[in-house]
Amino acid sequence: MLIHTKRIIRSGWHNFVRSGFTSVASILIMTVTLFVITSLIFVQAALNSSLSDMKEKVDVTIYFVPGAEDSAIKKVEDSLSKLPEVKNISYTTAEEALTNFKDKHSNDYLTLQALDELSDNPLGASLNIKANDPSQYESIAKYFESDNDLSKGALTIIDKVDYHQNKLVIDRLTSIITGARSLGFAVSLVLIIISIIITFNTIRLIIFMSKDEISVMKLVGAGPKYVRGPFIVSGVLVGVCAAFMTILLFIPISIWMGNNMTDFLGINLYNYYKSNFLQLFVIMLGSGILLGSISSFFAISRYLRK
Amino acid sequence: MLYFNNVTKKYKDNSSLEDVTISIAPGEFVSIVGHSGAGKTTLTKLILAEESPTSGTVFFESTDIHKLSKRDLMNFRRKVGIVFQDFRLLSNKTAYENIAFAMESTGKTDEEIQEDVPHVLELVDMTNRSFHFPHQLSGGEKQRLAIARAIITQPDLIIADEPTGNLDPSNANEVINILKKINDLGTTVILTTHNKSIVDQIKKRVITLENGRVIRDNKEGKYMLQ
Repeated sequence: MLIHTKRIIRSGWHNFVRSGFTSVASILIMTVTLFVITSLIFVQAALNSSLSDMKEKVDVTIYFVPGAEDSAIKKVEDSLSKLPEVKNISYTTAEEALTNFKDKHSNDYLTLQALDELSDNPLGASLNIKANDPSQYESIAKYFESDNDLSKGALTIIDKVDYHQNKLVIDRLTSIITGARSLGFAVSLVLIIISIIITFNTIRLIIFMSKDEISVMKLVGAGPKYVRGPFIVSGVLVGVCAAFMTILLFIPISIWMGNNMTDFLGINLYNYYKSNFLQLFVIMLGSGILLGSISSFFAISRYLRK
Repeated sequence: MLYFNNVTKKYKDNSSLEDVTISIAPGEFVSIVGHSGAGKTTLTKLILAEESPTSGTVFFESTDIHKLSKRDLMNFRRKVGIVFQDFRLLSNKTAYENIAFAMESTGKTDEEIQEDVPHVLELVDMTNRSFHFPHQLSGGEKQRLAIARAIITQPDLIIADEPTGNLDPSNANEVINILKKINDLGTTVILTTHNKSIVDQIKKRVITLENGRVIRDNKEGKYMLQ
């Protein structure tokens, strides 16, 4: 068994090295496929980062009536933070709100003067809530309207929830995000399938050229495994070479994209490439090996039947 | 050792072999002659189970070749050495590796291969060519290599399908001499050819085919076609 494996690997290696031009051609085709796959991973990364940037900009704020008790607000915050939809909550006290307001209007003398006329702080505290996903704001907003133990006490101190004002923007954003995601995924899938078919056909063509050799192998009494093995080994080698080609090719590309396209994409692709290098390399190597071996396996099967 | 019982092979409407009955004994050297299209190649394909007969049976010893399972067929093919007109060597392998491949596929150990291959290369006078690839060899050398590959597994039967077809007379003679030598060592040889001088020189059994039928079967025959 071991000697068989050794011979198959050696024979596959010889086929690969001695086929010269044919091997180079199939490496190039396979590189195109892996290139497409990697580019699509990059596109997805860029898309995700701009989408999450947009998501960051959406939030819901709960304004409390001025003079609401700190402890009551704390209670609302605690119960909100228990909701699974909530990502984080930031609490702005009435005093902070006043300072922010003054900062914002530091050039507006009239407003500041009017504010000074008042003895009390007219502003209330607020809670700023970020959800894990934009589609969840609605349920968070509804939480206050629903009849639960929180709302009984809390409703009296809540001035307003600005969800309804932002609703249109949030809804539109939610649909854009889900749309862009599924479109991106569908396009990637189609492109990947096309390039896999091209690779498969190239390998099939190469094995078709060897069909006389396959019949000779069978005639000298080689079993199916022994005929098929070397071709699969060659296919794997093609995949490995193509993976290395692709990973090298993306170094200058990602540097260029990092230097020139970072503002446009909202993500530095060179940094992305660097930090995910191992993962990307494993994906490329894995897809290369799988594609090479599976294509060879199926392509040769038709010549092994009897 | 080999029996054709009323074998007919039809391709679509043309029949290539019609009602052929032949028996070949162990150790024989049989030349099968006939014009192109007489059915010589079909006959060899039937022996190797590359084709199945339309009717009739082909027996190797006591087994019907066309009823063998894939695995048994593989084992059967290991008992038969084949030499083709167009050599059919593995182009990506050196002369040495081409021969070694046949041994490897029958599961021989590396030691056996290292011992037997140089021996066979010497037998066909190819020792100094062992690291050449097929495209670096002349026609005669390729055919000698093909014969070396056919005999390395010590088959019971050698089928040579027009082995001299692509060779000049002196190379052709050399190939025939090697085949005769192999036959002298006890291996059954089936040779198909339409080369008159070769058949006359061998002076062994000659089966003549015409339009798919056996028209003559002489113990020590001559080539008798116009």
